[in-house]
Amino acid sequence: MTDLRVDLAGVALKNPIVVPSGTFGFGREYGQFFDLSELGAICVKGLTPLPREGNPAPRIAETPMGILNSVGLQNPGVDAFIAHELPELRKHDVKIIANISGNTPEEYGGMCEKLSAAGVDMIEVNISCPNVKAGGLAYGTRPEMAAEVTEIAKKSSTVPVMVKLSPNVTDITEIAKAVEGAGADAISLINTIRGMRIDVNTRRPILKMNTGGLSGPAVLPVAVRMVWEVANAVKVPILGMGGVSKGADAAEFMLAGAAAVAVGTASFADAYAPVRVRDELAAYAEKQGLARISELTGAVKPW
Amino acid sequence: MPVQKICTVAEAVRLNEYAYALTLEVGEEMAARTSCGQFVHIKCGEERLLRRPISICSWDKTTLRVVFEVRGEGTAWLSRRKVGDELDVLGPLGHGFDPSAKKILVVGGGIGVPPMLGVARAAAAAGAEVHAALGFRDQGHKMLTDEFAECCRSMSVISDDGSTGRKGFVTELVEEFLRDTPCVSADCASCSGRPVPPVVMACGPKGMLKAVAKACAAHGVECQVSLEERMGCGVGACLVCACDMADGSRKHVCKDGPVFNAKEVDWND
Ligand SMILES: Cc1cc2nc3c(=O)[nH]c(=O)nc-3n(C[C@H](O)[C@H](O)[C@H](O)COP(=O)(O)OP(=O)(O)OC[C@H]3O[C@@H](n4cnc5c(N)ncnc54)[C@H](O)[C@@H]3O)c2cc1C
Ligand SMILES: Cc1cc2nc3c(=O)[nH]c(=O)nc-3n(C[C@H](O)[C@H](O)[C@H](O)COP(=O)(O)O)c2cc1C
Ligand code: FES
Repeated sequence: MTDLRVDLAGVALKNPIVVPSGTFGFGREYGQFFDLSELGAICVKGLTPLPREGNPAPRIAETPMGILNSVGLQNPGVDAFIAHELPELRKHDVKIIANISGNTPEEYGGMCEKLSAAGVDMIEVNISCPNVKAGGLAYGTRPEMAAEVTEIAKKSSTVPVMVKLSPNVTDITEIAKAVEGAGADAISLINTIRGMRIDVNTRRPILKMNTGGLSGPAVLPVAVRMVWEVANAVKVPILGMGGVSKGADAAEFMLAGAAAVAVGTASFADAYAPVRVRDELAAYAEKQGLARISELTGAVKPW
Repeated sequence: MPVQKICTVAEAVRLNEYAYALTLEVGEEMAARTSCGQFVHIKCGEERLLRRPISICSWDKTTLRVVFEVRGEGTAWLSRRKVGDELDVLGPLGHGFDPSAKKILVVGGGIGVPPMLGVARAAAAAGAEVHAALGFRDQGHKMLTDEFAECCRSMSVISDDGSTGRKGFVTELVEEFLRDTPCVSADCASCSGRPVPPVVMACGPKGMLKAVAKACAAHGVECQVSLEERMGCGVGACLVCACDMADGSRKHVCKDGPVFNAKEVDWND
């Protein structure tokens, strides 16, 4: 049997399958379908210093093999998360990664302090949300700003810090190198790709915010390419994501250089997607005769 | 607790030129958990990533029936299902109607009519006095009226062009009911001579619901409405199905709804 355990910047995951921020709430809903302890880690819904109601609906549009969303970081705020959600999550044997978004470097720092003290296993700094006006994406597209936020987050945290990159840039390796240089312990990618859909009858965009972020199988090849580029540019471990819906997809991400893989949008079609992907990945690894699943990481043989 | 399951189509019939009814063999577990006003999230073929939310019209020990009209590719695919085909169904989902009142007016407009049958049946089975006000575009869109007639004390039908029932909008029937309805309850002692106040439960286009909510508010009558919003997960995890509440907060149609107290809802566009 292949050993499924992987290490993500010192955080020991029992298997490489993670659920990404925003697609899994705080675990309560999908916890009705399977034991959350089956997962390697849970990235919780993006947190902000204060509660946010998010954007007006419609917040979702279907696309060819994908979806656009414009939720806009709706969340109860970091304090409510620590008081009400974290204790529930802690009842399960699964690593908890707190995903955070701020408007200023100080906001990121303040949240890192609180979450470190509350005992999350890792902090994922989201500098790539396409659905909020201030901060968010702005930090993710400028190397010096990305580095500044990373530095503050590192300084304010006692747990490993992972920085989540935006695909909405010309050269993602520039940002990756900047955050690694600023001390990031790990990098996750990709967040959603900016997109738009229009109802041709009403001539209105389907999303109330006009544009949103694309996820699901449609983004998979873009995400695999970016993971591969980043893996070749930095040494820190990578959490790869974008369109994974079966075991072979997860294997692709690992071959491209990911240490672990997140399964998000796929859950909307199949509530059991993360555990199914894990089982399919394990079966693939078995067939390949791997002793450890981690042998896959970066094992692509480029031409 | 919802169930995700591959179900067999036990019956596929057309209720009229526009509406399709599928009876799904969902098994005891899913059927037993169903209450009126809930919905199922149905996968409509491999090419479409998202499931489609469809209200549960009626159910029995092991089956659920859904009724839908073709709106786009997903519902078109669904309309081509035949007896024996398999469907990937997630449900029952959401919070439905509370049919515990003594006297209930169910109000349905167009494709909002089918879910009200489940409410009417559940309320009647619980001993309530149930009345139905149903609005259709025209005779060709009429459906399920025989089944409503079976479980309701009274049923009025109205249509946009007068080809079935009177000509007009269903909100007129609601107005009249609230204004005129005599106390037909056999036992009036419980309400000290005053008519038992009805509770209105409605499903239909947003504009219709808004008008029904307004009429109920004017008469001081409780009103429950079933809302629609575009959905992702259907279970409350992705937060895409937000709807605006009167107090400025946002709730989620799939988990907090689809049925809300009309007073809670922000009716401004
Ligand atoms: C709680 C709930 C209960 C419903 N019950 C019924 C029912 O009993 N009978 C019935 O005929 N219809 C019902 N609807 C509407 C039904 O979900 C849509 O008609 C259907 O999703 C359209 O899919 P499509 O692929 O044919 O259309 P498309 O326009 O191609 O769909 C594209 C995307 O938009 C979404 N979408 C489009 N219209 C709606 C809508 N009105 N509400 C929500 N999502 C929409 C689709 O789900 C899909 O994700 C219900 C909707 C909700 C939210
Ligand atoms: C509805 C929705 C909400 C999301 N919210 C967040 C968020 O709050 N923070 C974040 O970093 N990423 C968020 N994402 C991005 C995902 O975490 C992930 O990066 C992306 O969806 C790609 O993976 P997938 O194709 O497997 O879904 C969200 C994605 C979706 C679909
Ligand atoms: S559809 Fe995902 S929260 Fe309602």
